[in-house]
Amino acid sequence: MTVLLFYVAAAVAIVATLLTITRTNVAHALLYLVVSLLSVAVIFYMLGAPLAGALEVIVYAGAIMVLFVFVIMMLNAGKSTEDQEKAWLASTSWRGPALLCTILLAEMLTLLSDGISGHVSTQVSAKEVGILLYGPYLLAVELASMLLLAGLIGAYHLGREDKPDEVPKS
Amino acid sequence: MNGIPIEHGILLAAILFSLGFVGVLTRRNIIFVLMSLEIMLNAAGLAFVVASARWQQADGQIMFLMILTLAAAEVAVGLSLIIQFYKRYQSLDMDQLSKLGG
Repeated sequence: MTVLLFYVAAAVAIVATLLTITRTNVAHALLYLVVSLLSVAVIFYMLGAPLAGALEVIVYAGAIMVLFVFVIMMLNAGKSTEDQEKAWLASTSWRGPALLCTILLAEMLTLLSDGISGHVSTQVSAKEVGILLYGPYLLAVELASMLLLAGLIGAYHLGREDKPDEVPKS
Repeated sequence: MNGIPIEHGILLAAILFSLGFVGVLTRRNIIFVLMSLEIMLNAAGLAFVVASARWQQADGQIMFLMILTLAAAEVAVGLSLIIQFYKRYQSLDMDQLSKLGG
């Protein structure tokens, strides 16, 4: 049963990814990318890694995608925005992602209604990951914090407003 | 593993990685390239979690956490680079960034 659900989720992931890299509209591609990440989260859950699945939803499908949405909205602030808003409300733009999401929702409801322990056993619990993360891998955590700090400073430096006379003419 | 064969999990990761790679190579819009990079990083994380589930060790998930951190930092810097690029060139076409090509 779980194996069948795995193949369905894998098919959803591949289809959504394929549609992501073939869209011409950035916002549509972003919708499909979120679906792809959600299906990978479902696969993590079925593999018995609930912590990885939750982090995939929160960090990838949540935080990183919100960053993308912010930037797309910032870059789209032109005169054509109004037409675009109208086009986004048309059902053609969200029909595909909604369909794929419905498949994932059906899978999740199937797993939940059969009882979580029936099909999916937690192979590696969050406790094990935490103990290992703050034990042998403590140095990696410190390095990750350095990396995040570097990312923060880099993004702040690159994203700041230039003074008009500083902008080189291209 | 819950009966899921490891080969198929790795195969899925490989397919997703290849799709992301094709996206990087074919798209010229810089936002699409960044999104394809995210797909590739995610596929690498998937491979680590599949291996972690196969041997029932938490190390693979820790590597996934590291990849997650890397992706977050990368996307923050990448998106601010995109904003700078758009401010200077009024475009998102990567081929305009060809000054290093001489």
